[in-house]
Amino acid sequence: MDAFTILTGISAPLPMANVDTDKIIPAQFLKTIKRSGLGVHLFAPLRYSENGEERADFVLNQEPYRNASILIAHENFGCGSSREHAPWALLDFGIRCVIAPDFADIFHNNCFKNGILPIRLPRELCDLLMEDARLGKNARLVVDLEKQVIMRPNGEEITFSIDPLRRKMLLEGLDEIGQTLGEMAAIEGFEARRKEELPWMPAIPLAQ
Amino acid sequence: MPRTLFDKVWDAHIVERLNDGTCLLYIDRHLVHEVTSPQAFEGLRAAGRKVRRPEGTIAVTDHNVPTSDRRNGIEEPESRLQVETLERNVVEFGVPYFPLLDARQGIVHIIGPEQGISLPGMTIVCGDSHTSTHGALGALAFGIGTSEVEHVLATQTLMQRPAKNMLVQVDGQLSRGVTAKDIVLAIIGRIGTAGGTGHVIEFAGEAIRALDMAGRLTVCNMAIEAGARAGMIAPDDTTFAYIKGRPYAPKGEAFDHAVEYWRTLASDEGAQYDKSVVLDAAEIVPMVTWGTSPEAVAPIDGVVPDPQDVADEAKRAAMQRMLQYMGLQPGQKLAGIPIDVVFIGSCTNARIEDIRAAAEIAQGRHVAQGVRALVVPGSGLVKLAAEAEGLDKILMDAGFEWREPGCSMCLGMNPDKLTPGQRCASTSNRNFEGRQGPGGRTHLLSPAMAAAAAIAGHLIDVRSHE
Repeated sequence: MDAFTILTGISAPLPMANVDTDKIIPAQFLKTIKRSGLGVHLFAPLRYSENGEERADFVLNQEPYRNASILIAHENFGCGSSREHAPWALLDFGIRCVIAPDFADIFHNNCFKNGILPIRLPRELCDLLMEDARLGKNARLVVDLEKQVIMRPNGEEITFSIDPLRRKMLLEGLDEIGQTLGEMAAIEGFEARRKEELPWMPAIPLAQ
Repeated sequence: MPRTLFDKVWDAHIVERLNDGTCLLYIDRHLVHEVTSPQAFEGLRAAGRKVRRPEGTIAVTDHNVPTSDRRNGIEEPESRLQVETLERNVVEFGVPYFPLLDARQGIVHIIGPEQGISLPGMTIVCGDSHTSTHGALGALAFGIGTSEVEHVLATQTLMQRPAKNMLVQVDGQLSRGVTAKDIVLAIIGRIGTAGGTGHVIEFAGEAIRALDMAGRLTVCNMAIEAGARAGMIAPDDTTFAYIKGRPYAPKGEAFDHAVEYWRTLASDEGAQYDKSVVLDAAEIVPMVTWGTSPEAVAPIDGVVPDPQDVADEAKRAAMQRMLQYMGLQPGQKLAGIPIDVVFIGSCTNARIEDIRAAAEIAQGRHVAQGVRALVVPGSGLVKLAAEAEGLDKILMDAGFEWREPGCSMCLGMNPDKLTPGQRCASTSNRNFEGRQGPGGRTHLLSPAMAAAAAIAGHLIDVRSHE
């Protein structure tokens, strides 16, 4: 996973609430066995017409938003299916940061595993950033994770909060599985205790 | 300090707790399917890692599989590749697996409880949001992404922040024709699709206690549609009677010890919830969704709402978009909306009880002209049980298609799909734009309501059907 430190880029306005992960990446694109290559299908139902042509009125089909790396959205972004294909598609398109009043839990979790920073901000502040995002080529934000600050195009700063552990994982681009495997003694100890306390707990046999 | 059901299951699985409250949580059961696992196994392979506890893992294919005759394999090349990839991975990593032609194959959230693989007090995860289903047994069960699937495969644990507690209490008794599906749709209508975000919902109260396991599984299945991390119901005699004798459940004396432990899981008197909501079951009527979010729901005897009545501009615009997508007019009566397709199935409503409810309505009647109606059992064993009861014959005589088990028309990943503009009365869980196929229009409702719609050719109040 790529570390996330400071991101400078174009922010795109997506003023919709309840953007579900079916909308971010519909089911017909989940048949891949890879993580890469999903960017072209990002927001497919919003981005393309029925015959596959780009819809001129969709923000990511417009300049300079084709190169956006930040997305500003409304409430409950990423609700619905747990598909990690949603952050994979965002990342493959080039989005590294999503800012919204709140996120659905599983999507929020999935972002951190892929070096995407989801930022929760009060609706009023999101509305300011939504206005900024409408500035076209001037819709440039700086997101500084180290300082936990977003710098607006007018130079004003907005601070944001983030879980310290998740901040550290993103800043350092850490391999979470590798970290957990370092705790194997504790996991084995837990398993031994549990076996003693709940001896009835069945195993699923391989040969049936 | 008095603890909730969630607190107890959480506490019992903490391997380590960090200063900020994040816990390394032990996972008892990991359910794996073909769509969200290939990249996780690939990650293990790339890092030279093994599956730490195959005996806590079970794999099955469900999302991609066709629901017609499957003896000649899967025609669609991408779906076939995903299924074959899982089959290779379970062999390479030594993971227990129910093959496609095995009677135990089925929708992952149907087979876990059915086999006794999912049990009270367990932590259960799967790369699928509807893992919340298993919470009906008193387990802590939640959906995870593929990176977390890999994490569980490699370590049998997950790093998790504790959730908050939410109580949804449904008092009183349901009226005739009202089901578990109507309860959960009414709850989502009340609290909204983000009403449970950050929380684990415990469903309680007389009406929940009175539900059979099938109904409880339906309610917890849709906890995720209220944004909750998980849904849970305290295990009781109904739960224990359901589990007893299932293939992977503890047997004999071990079962008695298990029940003794499971009885300690119910929330303590005086346990505190961060949020609570109370509903009166007597006020719940058969429900149907009219929009493209599960919270866009109304009683079947109601009308399509008017965006002009909504003050918030963004919400009004969202509602207008929904009505345009759904092809509906404000003020239009819900009963009477003509439908093209009926889908009875999915992890929400594909258990034997659901099929019985549909067959009861269908018996001696016929699907309306021009309507395609599918019944898709949740597992091979549900299918066999239904056939033993003659339900397949009742349904086929009435003009319903009787299919092989799988996720089918709940999501557009297999040949069962809506075409653009088609309108479907569906017992599934999501009515998002394009969910059942690009351009498809979904109305969520109960199996009895879906069967009644198939007969009538339009949405109809099941209570007026007799």
